Amino acid sequence: MTRPMLEIADLSKSFPVRNAFGRTVGEVKAVDRVSLRIERGCVYGLAGESGSGKSTIARMIMGLTPPTAGDIIIDGESVVGRGGRSGVKAQMVFQNPGSSLNPRRTVGQSLSVPLAAHGHPRDDRQRRIGELLEMVQLPADFSQRFPHELSGGQKQRVAIARALAVAPKLLVLDEPTSALDVSVQAKVIDLLVDLGRRLDLTFLFISHDLSLMRNFAQEVGVLYRGRIVEAGDTARVFENPQHDYTRLLLASVPVISEEEERLRPAIPLIDGEIPTAEKLLALRQGAAGTETTTEVHGS
Amino acid sequence: MSDEAVAGVRRLSNAYQNWYRFSRNPTAMIGLTIVIVCILAAILAPLITPYPEHVGAVVNFRARHLPPSAEYWFGTDNVGRDIFTRVVFGLRVSLLLAVVVLGTAIPFGTVLGLLAGYYGGWVEIVIMRVTDIALAIPPLVMALAVAAVLSPDLINSMMAIAALWWTWHTRLIYSITRQIRTQEFVEAAETLGAGRFHILFREILPNCVSALAVKTSLDCGFVILVGASLSFLGLGIQPPTPDLGTLVASGASFLPDYWWESVLPGCAILFLALGFNLLGDGLRDLFDVEDVR
Repeated sequence: MTRPMLEIADLSKSFPVRNAFGRTVGEVKAVDRVSLRIERGCVYGLAGESGSGKSTIARMIMGLTPPTAGDIIIDGESVVGRGGRSGVKAQMVFQNPGSSLNPRRTVGQSLSVPLAAHGHPRDDRQRRIGELLEMVQLPADFSQRFPHELSGGQKQRVAIARALAVAPKLLVLDEPTSALDVSVQAKVIDLLVDLGRRLDLTFLFISHDLSLMRNFAQEVGVLYRGRIVEAGDTARVFENPQHDYTRLLLASVPVISEEEERLRPAIPLIDGEIPTAEKLLALRQGAAGTETTTEVHGS
Repeated sequence: MSDEAVAGVRRLSNAYQNWYRFSRNPTAMIGLTIVIVCILAAILAPLITPYPEHVGAVVNFRARHLPPSAEYWFGTDNVGRDIFTRVVFGLRVSLLLAVVVLGTAIPFGTVLGLLAGYYGGWVEIVIMRVTDIALAIPPLVMALAVAAVLSPDLINSMMAIAALWWTWHTRLIYSITRQIRTQEFVEAAETLGAGRFHILFREILPNCVSALAVKTSLDCGFVILVGASLSFLGLGIQPPTPDLGTLVASGASFLPDYWWESVLPGCAILFLALGFNLLGDGLRDLFDVEDVR
């Protein structure tokens, strides 16, 4: 078996909670002993609601946040404790294309940052920028434009091109499509699939959008309150979810056809509504009060 | 067309759009006109003034205390020198003061603000506490103290003002940097391997430029007022070289009979400071729109 592209072992991050006098009175476990493994050329989907620790994991992989404990190994090399720079093997596409490009710099200037930082010869940069723009299906003359002259989808393509500039092996996608229109989302995902095949990339795809994940990822991990509660092959997890939180997430996806409706897992309704995760889990542990519950198929 | 040429045209059209919006703002245009007229007048003073020799120690007692007329636009002073000539030459001192003070205060204050805002921690604590202390001292008092210890002249006054003026720029740039540091494009640059110098001066600084331009323009007006106050108190450039503040001071002893000797140089100070303030307001309106875009 070959070496995995990314291996995360018992990764934890906790943030101290301080009182008004700056004294530490407790801690919030944003990420709690998470382990995962992504094989070369795979697309791994990390799902979870807001605040579940998805982005914190992405930031730790990129070296933007130091982990409290655990290890991150990218292509056989540990990146923990390297002074916050993860090098060229992993790159990240940020959630909001509106703020991940500097509004005062042209697309070309933004794209030349990684080239300059990694010593790409100056007289060849213009050619390489054109090549990168072409890779993400944008015309080369976009290099003269400012971000405010581009649409959301175009900006995200530029952000992808910038991440690819240093020829990374692992691309961390932190909700790359959540700020985009549905029609644009599909195009960006198609582009990513295509690039992954051509450039032999490995993806860590972080999202709360399960229908997107079902199409894009081969493996998924479901994150709830900083812990991976369920992980495995995408088809298996989606067809036969074992954990209540996964079922709840799947049941919350809006569906439009009968066929999709049948794929939905059954979850108990509390007072006729889809319950919150906390309520549902409390219910399963027998801690629920006298609320009337009915087991129904779907919602 | 080559890429360079395309870039040039795009930049030009952007600049033209900005100029168009700026030129539609009447008060901003008035401010710009005043500033340009004053700067040109100061540079060309020996050519455009009617009596350039009156700058020095010229005495012409037959023409003393003459009211404004076609011959002497602003009247004459107690030794018969043309006040208009002396006012135009006085602009030179005021503008020089503004350029020197802001020319030292802006780079210094900007770099400190960037460092404090970006690094945080003890760097921020040291820089910002020193800034707070310096902010607590009024520039005028500082200039008086320096003049008392050293000697009352223009260079010392300029040093005294410049030594305190950077604090405002540090505060401004610090607060903007704090906001920008957490934005994703800064983090993106970090993960892409860009150096600290690049992040500070190429990613963050360009986002401070509009605020800095407005602040600088408004500051010019204030520095000129402080400079005029200093020379009114006799701490500025020494006679016979004319300065707006000195002109007001020397004319003040002949109030109210020979009112033009202090009121008209005073109007010149007002005019100059007003010009810079209107220009600053106009720039702020321009950049506000740009940031919303």
